[in-house]
Amino acid sequence: MNTKRHLRGIAAIVGCITFTSAALAAQEVNLYSERQPFLISPLLKAFTDDSGIKVNMVYINKGMQERLKSEAANSPADAVLTSDIGNLHNLVKAGLVQPVTSRILETNIPSQYRHPDGLWYGLTMRARIIYAHKQRVKPGEINSYEDLAGPHMKNRVCVRSGKHMYNISLLASVVANKGEAGAEQWAKGLKANLGRKPQGNDRAQVKAVFEGVCDVALGNTYYMGKMATNEKSPEQKDWAAAVNVIFPNQGDRGTHVNISGGAVTKSAKNKDNAILLLEFLSSAQAQKIYAELNFEYPVKAGVKRHPLVASWGDFKADQTNLAKIAEQRTTASKIMDKVAFNN
Amino acid sequence: MAQAATQTIVSAPRQKAWFLRFDLWTSGIILVAVLAAVPVLTVVWLAFTPGDDIWQHLTSTVLPDYIKTTLTLMLGVGLGTIVLGVGSGWLVTMCRFPGKRIFEWALLLPMAMPAYVIAYVYTDILEYAGPIQNTLRDIFEWQTKRDYWFPEIRSVGGATAMLTLVLYPYVYMLSRAAFLEQSVCVLEASRVLGRGPWRSFFSVALPLARPAIVIGVSLVLMETLNDFGTVDFFAVNTFTLGIFDVWMNMNNVAGAAKLATLLLAFVMVLVLAERFARRKQRFHNTNSKYNDLPGYRLTGNKAFLATSGCLAIIFLGFILPCAVLVSLAISHFDDAANEVVFDHAVNSVMLSSLTAFLAVVIAIFMAYGVRIRGGKILSSMARLASMGYAVPGSVLAVGVMYVLGNVDNSIDAAMRDTFGISTGLLFSGTIAAVTFGYLVRFLALSFGTVEASLAKVTPSMDGASRSLGHGPFSTMRKIHVPLIRSSVLTASMLVFVDCMKELPLTTILRPFNFETLATFVHQYASDEQLGEASLAALGIVGFGIIPVIVLSFAIARSRPGHIGKGGAT
Repeated sequence: MNTKRHLRGIAAIVGCITFTSAALAAQEVNLYSERQPFLISPLLKAFTDDSGIKVNMVYINKGMQERLKSEAANSPADAVLTSDIGNLHNLVKAGLVQPVTSRILETNIPSQYRHPDGLWYGLTMRARIIYAHKQRVKPGEINSYEDLAGPHMKNRVCVRSGKHMYNISLLASVVANKGEAGAEQWAKGLKANLGRKPQGNDRAQVKAVFEGVCDVALGNTYYMGKMATNEKSPEQKDWAAAVNVIFPNQGDRGTHVNISGGAVTKSAKNKDNAILLLEFLSSAQAQKIYAELNFEYPVKAGVKRHPLVASWGDFKADQTNLAKIAEQRTTASKIMDKVAFNN
Repeated sequence: MAQAATQTIVSAPRQKAWFLRFDLWTSGIILVAVLAAVPVLTVVWLAFTPGDDIWQHLTSTVLPDYIKTTLTLMLGVGLGTIVLGVGSGWLVTMCRFPGKRIFEWALLLPMAMPAYVIAYVYTDILEYAGPIQNTLRDIFEWQTKRDYWFPEIRSVGGATAMLTLVLYPYVYMLSRAAFLEQSVCVLEASRVLGRGPWRSFFSVALPLARPAIVIGVSLVLMETLNDFGTVDFFAVNTFTLGIFDVWMNMNNVAGAAKLATLLLAFVMVLVLAERFARRKQRFHNTNSKYNDLPGYRLTGNKAFLATSGCLAIIFLGFILPCAVLVSLAISHFDDAANEVVFDHAVNSVMLSSLTAFLAVVIAIFMAYGVRIRGGKILSSMARLASMGYAVPGSVLAVGVMYVLGNVDNSIDAAMRDTFGISTGLLFSGTIAAVTFGYLVRFLALSFGTVEASLAKVTPSMDGASRSLGHGPFSTMRKIHVPLIRSSVLTASMLVFVDCMKELPLTTILRPFNFETLATFVHQYASDEQLGEASLAALGIVGFGIIPVIVLSFAIARSRPGHIGKGGAT
């Protein structure tokens, strides 16, 4: 009798928990995010203000895929945000996200920035560009990624770790465009031109150019905006002022771009809210926040870029399918090992 | 042989039912060991799941470099922490010189400093555009980098220096506790037999403290092996960086688990080799005579060297980085000051204290159980429970997630089948999951510390207590725990401070909307926005320091024979 009463008690408690979470579910969405909270909380706050839906978030920069896998069908996560196409691609391959169709998402996001079956949606775009010292690099000296590997650049190039996902994605795009052998050749040439061992992050490379350690550096576009307008660390404005922004390969395949994006998980209990969140993030209001706070390129047509970003003008982006580039990441990583890029 | 003779304490006078004796100690240890080992074994299991074969690629490219770099780093940090830790531990315990009473606790402070934070701070100071090189350029009128040589901070040497500065306190604390627990009699005997202070140190005190020093150094080496933040920032190609590369860039978790398993095997061989090397040695204090420590008075140059040496270590490992953080916190006050930082601090302190408490209770239980029940099986069970420390945090987190996910989903399925209700995930993504992860990772810290200390209590104590009618629990509570009190405190402090700094397990296992100071600091610091993170970083240090100081006094006071002497030395 005692056991029975206990069991009933447990069942009642469990029932309560399930019931309350079901009741709350109407106004919640649970998010696993690879993007730092300080970047996206203004957007999530705007979403909650707009829709009344509360966003619960865990910031996981490594191991999100494994967490979703281990939690399986019971995972509380409804949506994910990533900062690179590679991870979206991996989630698709692991079968952890589900297809979503939404008129709003399809209208807001151009087709090259979303999965054909709606398994992921790109939310912002960034380009991997060349920062060149204003005086020490002559106009026309650098026009392409290939130029970085040319003999005239000996000891003049600074790059962050060859194993960072941004550099892996760039190399993967070279693999996709020029084949494995061509990519290895390029990586070898780039390695030979490095002015110092790869280290630091993208900003640190521009700083190194400012300091005279190197003449050119590779970096993502938004770092330029963050440095040029940095009131908290004004010395970064000097770094930014020392360099010109060059969009490589305008004469041929175009500049390598990458996206940050989102997807709805296969286990989503609040699927509708998850879709609402992605729709909001692709809306003009949210795209404007991305553009203004983080200097990213909005994917939605018609949303204004940050004035500084706009001042660099339009550029031709590499049109190679992003999923195809993501497929080459393992190959790219192995090439980095082969040429001992970080040694 | 000798082990059996000294470690097995037989036949309690007050007879208890056999199953009670068996159940409590033996099955308890087995249960803990299994719980702690399953996540690690899951990682080993993952290594055998199908995935792209990476061996051929790795061995023909970067693996030799990973191994060379890792061994260089381990050797450097190992030697560095021994010199700084044992040296300063001996000085402040056995000698008298200006500032000694402050150094006793201040030497522990750097351990509250996360290695990646100190790495960011020193990079700013020492790199090309930093104040030091700028000043040098001004003085000597050098124009560019090519005009002079300056050590590169972002290198193996730099990483060695950073890790040594924040990790030496492990060796310091454990060797100091060991020196404090040593009976002065053996040192006096050594002096009477004509040995000077230096030779007494090398031939008596050091060998006696060896188990403690070895534990300190092995903790340091495992922390070094696990470090990700520093080596990633400096782009130093260690084995751990290689594990992450295979995991993230090649999307190959099986390959990463293979590398992690290899690392685990390497660590276990090291541990076994060390145990084998001192297999015949016992470290009991047979005499209960604890006089005041000798307190060699240092004068003149020697005193000056001792004081400035200790000061230099503390300055580099703590004062300077703290000063930089404080100035950043002041200049970025509006961004850094945030009422949520306080909430994060509460989360950090609560989780860390809970884990420290549990880790110490479990450690005492296991160490004592192994002592009274003896036997190879139990002692290897205890080893098994300590493996988590040798697996990189993020990889271990994957093991923990798979285990908890499986348990949760099985319970859910069973409840659905039986009662038609879904329990969902009970443990995954909860505070309990984070605490479990911490315990799996840090049990080695508390167990190693407690076990080493317990080994020094002579078994005749057990015999006396038991023959006077006390059972094993009562003997443990009344005899052993008071005798090893300083090590129990040390263990809880080690676990507490490590939990405060812990990053990968917290990040991956935590519930929604949950931040600790460490996760908060990392999201900014990884973007090199140290200003925004400065206040929270100071929070880690500040909350880490309070127990460090309190417990340091407790350790000094806990020296056997101290009470009633009206202040040591």
